[in-house]
Amino acid sequence: MNNVVPLTRLMQGNEAIAEGALAAGARFFAGYPITPSTEIAEILAEKLPAVGGKFIQMEDEIASMAAIIGASLAGLKSITATSGPGFSLKQENLGFAAITEVPCVVVNVQRYGPSTGIPTASAQGDIMQARWGTHGDHPAIALSPASVQEAFSLTVQAFNLAERFRTPVILLADEVIGHMRERFVMPDASDINVIDRKKPPAGLTRYYPYKPDEDGVPPMANFCEGYRYHVTGLVHDESGGPTTKADQAERLIKRLNDKIMDHLDEITMTESLMTEDAEIIIVACGAVSRSARRAVKQARKEGIKAGLFRLISVWPFPDKEIKALSRQARSIIVPEMNLGQLIGEVERVVRSETKVSGINRVTGEMITPDEILNAIKSEI
Amino acid sequence: MNNMPSNAEKYLRMEKMPHIWCPGCGNGIVLSALVRAFHKLNYDQDQTVIVSGIGCSSRASGYLDFNTLHSTHGRALAFATGIKLARPEVNVFVLMGDGDASSIGGNHLIHAARRNIDLTVVIFNNSIYGMTGGQYSPLTPQDNRATTAPYGTFERPFDLVELVKAAGATYIARGTTYHSAMLTKLIITGASHKGFSVIEAVTACPVSYGRRNKMGGGYDMLMWQKEHGVPIEKSRYLKPEEMKGKFLIGELHKSEAPEYTEVYQQLIDRVRGPIKGE
Repeated sequence: MNNVVPLTRLMQGNEAIAEGALAAGARFFAGYPITPSTEIAEILAEKLPAVGGKFIQMEDEIASMAAIIGASLAGLKSITATSGPGFSLKQENLGFAAITEVPCVVVNVQRYGPSTGIPTASAQGDIMQARWGTHGDHPAIALSPASVQEAFSLTVQAFNLAERFRTPVILLADEVIGHMRERFVMPDASDINVIDRKKPPAGLTRYYPYKPDEDGVPPMANFCEGYRYHVTGLVHDESGGPTTKADQAERLIKRLNDKIMDHLDEITMTESLMTEDAEIIIVACGAVSRSARRAVKQARKEGIKAGLFRLISVWPFPDKEIKALSRQARSIIVPEMNLGQLIGEVERVVRSETKVSGINRVTGEMITPDEILNAIKSEI
Repeated sequence: MNNMPSNAEKYLRMEKMPHIWCPGCGNGIVLSALVRAFHKLNYDQDQTVIVSGIGCSSRASGYLDFNTLHSTHGRALAFATGIKLARPEVNVFVLMGDGDASSIGGNHLIHAARRNIDLTVVIFNNSIYGMTGGQYSPLTPQDNRATTAPYGTFERPFDLVELVKAAGATYIARGTTYHSAMLTKLIITGASHKGFSVIEAVTACPVSYGRRNKMGGGYDMLMWQKEHGVPIEKSRYLKPEEMKGKFLIGELHKSEAPEYTEVYQQLIDRVRGPIKGE
C-alpha cells in the first residue's frame, strides 16, 4: 500500500480530521454512517489497519460512543465522528466519559437541524449542545476549526487535551469545513506535539484511579496493565467505588469542572485580527469566521476600524478575552449560522457595557462577507 | 457454600460488602457461580475485564476484583466490543440483566452475536426490572403482573436463546440459580469457547416479581426453577405436553464461526503485508 502523503496537496476537511487523528496517535475508531461526517469513517476504515489500528462500524451512534470509551480504557487513543442526530445520541455516553474521566475525541461535523433537518446543509446549531448536551454538571472542551489545515491541527490538539485532562473533547466542525477542499501542508511528524495520558508509577501497593494529582487530574492506568480498578458512571470515591455521600459527590463534580477551569491557559485558543484599535469587533467561529475575515479586511480598506476575534476553542468560553474586548470596542457583532447561541455567551460576559448584536442565518447557506460588512457599516 | 473455593475472596472486593441485593435475591448465587468458574478457569485477574450494564445484577462487577467497568444501561456489549477489539488477548466477560440485555440493549446484543466477537455474556434473567421496583421486561412471562402491568402483561416475551441463536451466537446455554453447579459449568464452557457465548442465568427476584405473582419467597422461587427447568438431555424423553410451561436448561447451541478480532487481525496482516526482513 502506498501511504505516502504528499507534503502539500489539496485536501478535504474531513480527510484532514482523519489524518490529524492518525498523527495524534489514534488507533481506534468506532462510528456509524452519517452525513456530513462519513468521509472520516471511510478514510479511517482504510488507514487504521495499515498502522495496526482498529476500525469498527457499530450498530448505532450510541454503541460507537461506548466502543471508543471501552477502547480508550484498554489503552488506545480513540475517536468517533458524527453529525447532529448522531451527536444527540452520543450525549449519554459523553457524560459517562466525563464522569469516568476516559479520554476520547468526538467529532461533530455540524449540519442543519433540529432532527434530520437538511443533512447536507451547514449550520452552527450545536454550540450549546456541545456544552450542555449531556445531563448534569460536567466539563466541556470544544474546538472549532476554520480551515482544512486547522481541521488537522485541532484534531491533534483535541487528542492532546483529552489525554492531558482525562476528558472527552469535542471537535466542533461544520459542514463547510468538513466538505471544503483547500491547500493543506502536512507538517513534519517531528513538528507535531503529541501528548499521552499520565500513567501511575509502577509498583504502587494500591492504585486509586480517581485520586487527583495537584493539577486535579488523576493518573490513568489502562485496563489490563497491572492495576485492577472499578469504573462506574455512578458518583464514586477515589477508589472508583460508588458512593452517595454528599461531600464525596460534591468533591468529584467540582474537581471534574475545576481540572478544566483551572487550566484555561492550556486550553483557550483564539485568534485576533486587527483588533488592537478596533471599535467594531466581530466575534465568530468556524466557517463563519472566514466570511468575517473578508468583511473585516474590506472594512479596513474603507477606513473603518473593524477587527475579528475568532474563537478557536469555543468551550470553555473565553470569558476573560471577550471581557477585555468589550472594554475597548464600541460594538460587538456576532454572526452565526443559528438563531443566536454564541451571542448569549458574549452578552453574559459583556453585560450591557458594550452594544452586542447578531447576524443570524438559518437558511442552510453561509453568511456572506457582504452581510457582515453591511452590519459593520451600520454600526459606524 | 457448596464447592465454593476456599480462596473465593481472591476474586471478590470484600471491602465492598455487604452487597446491595435484597434477601432472597438470586444474584448472589449467580455471582458465586461466576467466582467458582473464575477459580476453575484460573484466568489472570489482571488480564480479565468484566463489563456490566445498569440494574441490580450489573452491580456484580463492582464486587469482583478484576478490571471492571460498570457502564451505561444496555450498552455493556458496546463498551466490551471496544475493549476486546483494542486488546484481543484479554478475557472479557459481560454481565447484564434481562431488561438491560434484551430491551434497551437489544440492538447491541444481536449485533455482538452477529459479529461473533469473543465475549462471554452472562444474562441474569429475573423476569423483571428490579432496581426500579418491578416493571415488566421483554422476558416477563405473558399474563404476569408488574407495576407497569397491573392487569398482567399481554406482550409476548422473547426467548433469549432463540433470539441470540438467530443473530449468530456460537455458544448458548441456560442455567438457573437452583442448578448452580450446572450454571458454573456452563459459564466455564462458555468462557472457553472462542466466539460470542451467551449464558442465560434464570434467577429469582422475590421482592419485585415473585411477590406480585404469588410465587412465594426466595426458597419457593428456587423450587420453581427446579420444577420448571428441564435439562436438555432429559427433555428428549418427555412428550411435548410434559414440556408445557417448562424451559430447557443446559448447553443449548454450539457452532463454529470466524471470531471477529481474529478476522480483524488477519485484515491488519493482509493490509500491512509482510514486514521487511522477515
